Amino acid sequence: MEQMIEEQKGKDSELYIILKNSWSNFFNFFKEDRFAMVGLIIYLFVGIIAIFAPVIAPYDPHEMLRYDGEYRTNAGPNSENILGTTNMGRDVFSQLIYGARPAVLVGVSAAFMVVLIGTLVGLVAGYYRGKVDTFLMRVTDVAFGIPFEPFVIVLVAFLGPSIWNIVLAMGLLLWRDTARVIRSQVLVVRERGFVESARVAGASNFRIIFRHITPNILPLALLYGSLAMGWAILTEAAISFLGFGDPSAVSWGFMLNDAFVSQALSRGSYSWFVPPGICIMLVVMAGFYIGRGSEKILYPRMNQY
Amino acid sequence: MGQSDFLIEVEDLKKWFYPKQSLIGRRKAPLRAVDGISFSIKKGTSIGIAGESGCGKTTTGKLLLKLYDATEGSFKFDGVEMNSGMTKQELKDFRRKAQLMFQNPYEALNPRYTIYQSLQEPLIIHKYGTKEVRRKKIINMLEKVRLTPVESYLHKFPHQLSGGQLQRVVLARSLVVDPLFLVADEPVSMLDVSVRAGVLNLMREVTSTMGLTTVYISHDLSLIKYLCEETVIMYLGSIVEKGPTDKILFSPMHPYTMALISAVPSSDPDVELKELNINNSITSADNIPDGCKFQDRCPYAQEICFKQEPLLQKTKNDHFVACHFSEEIGGKQYENRLCSTRSYG
Repeated sequence: MEQMIEEQKGKDSELYIILKNSWSNFFNFFKEDRFAMVGLIIYLFVGIIAIFAPVIAPYDPHEMLRYDGEYRTNAGPNSENILGTTNMGRDVFSQLIYGARPAVLVGVSAAFMVVLIGTLVGLVAGYYRGKVDTFLMRVTDVAFGIPFEPFVIVLVAFLGPSIWNIVLAMGLLLWRDTARVIRSQVLVVRERGFVESARVAGASNFRIIFRHITPNILPLALLYGSLAMGWAILTEAAISFLGFGDPSAVSWGFMLNDAFVSQALSRGSYSWFVPPGICIMLVVMAGFYIGRGSEKILYPRMNQY
Repeated sequence: MGQSDFLIEVEDLKKWFYPKQSLIGRRKAPLRAVDGISFSIKKGTSIGIAGESGCGKTTTGKLLLKLYDATEGSFKFDGVEMNSGMTKQELKDFRRKAQLMFQNPYEALNPRYTIYQSLQEPLIIHKYGTKEVRRKKIINMLEKVRLTPVESYLHKFPHQLSGGQLQRVVLARSLVVDPLFLVADEPVSMLDVSVRAGVLNLMREVTSTMGLTTVYISHDLSLIKYLCEETVIMYLGSIVEKGPTDKILFSPMHPYTMALISAVPSSDPDVELKELNINNSITSADNIPDGCKFQDRCPYAQEICFKQEPLLQKTKNDHFVACHFSEEIGGKQYENRLCSTRSYG
């Protein structure tokens, strides 16, 4: 038998099995839920566009286009500019393509920060309980007490308008929901038998937290990550629309602001401000769809209702 | 170390749980889960702790594994005092030597670990050998608990196995680090009756070949009769009777033990039903009366029982009882069902 096991080891090494299992779980999750699938497709699509923006976009988003020596301003959709041009003669379609970049950047990095900070705070508070828990949860209360968008505006006004400052502001505040939920989940998981049996086996607190509890709360953390992604993109758009965004980065919110300031609505140039609006909506929806899908996985009984 | 014959020596061990104090209101009395128990376990033998729910069986088990710190008293493990002043390294050493087997096998394994990962973990924690050595050890251990062919189990997840298989995995995991001492907390109560005997026989066999000292915690007296040389009967955190299993089960001296034995159902229709009925209401462990703890349920209770708490006293050959009237009511050959049935044979 030893020999058989030795033979099998090549293709059945532990790592391989684990990877195979987690990948198939990952895909089953998306296969099972159509909403989650749609969400994932939107994310992938936007991600690809963001990466290949310079290839896809026909013009530089800041370039003021001239035809026959004249700026082509406020043009409607035509053969050279699929979505027309802005009042400064910039190609709307190219701006739309480039706008995926800040969206992805802000979404991914803010979600990462939210998951990281929120999960750590939740784990430590839920695992150690007592004074540590009380302290961390009061800090969370304070974070809940700060209104989000004004805080972002103040921080951006203070540190200067840049995408990274917006991300920083989100990281500083949005972890609060994740921390609360993760903490409550940790309180449940830490009482389960396998945590105690790990303790009997001699596992350290560190090991119990990161090897036993974390894998069991990770789906929940990722759910909050995907929600945070949508939130972050929405916030970035709102901040840009209000004019506090990064002026050098063309984002969808910036486009809306641009269109608003130049009174595109009264001129009826719908092809300028409707597409970025739809893009924002789709990306935010994608986050919620994935959240919805993983909710079904986390709480299988929800399917009944 | 360890010159004495006893692996575990418990001396007046207490564990009181203090309820959370509300901001206003009177201070609540502590819950006396384990209230001064003493016993010792010889090396290589097994002892059964029995009693109804809430009598402190599991708390005792957890105290012996240092999962709880004792409120008062302490115990010696292999001649070494186990107190709260242990260093981390000492505790880790102890963790290798003393293992726990859980009641609920469905909970005892991390649902996201494969069987192999679960078994490997204690070995990694105690820095046992290289990867290859660990692998051999794990395979060897799984063969010992008869999970064969081993390779078909190694990479399964807990939810893919049945209760009986899981309990074998749990047993394998507790034994993989070569412990000296094993606490089995209701090891088969979550399993189907059909697989209980198999798991119990396996436990008996494996623990005796490995020379383990074991504590079986159970409310099932037939299990204790089958597995344990000695028995401790607990009631509301105290020991009411202890001694060799045969003595306890065939000639009980304490009315509570008698009631427990008479509650065991029999499959033999010819056995005469001789019931000792006790009051069904259980006295709460946070409101223990003066005198004998068993007073309000005991059919033999007399005045002295309400005033004076009976002490655990030696009667004849190693048999200890805590009852004022043990001589009068006990000691006779007790006709009980455990004599005539062999539940796990």
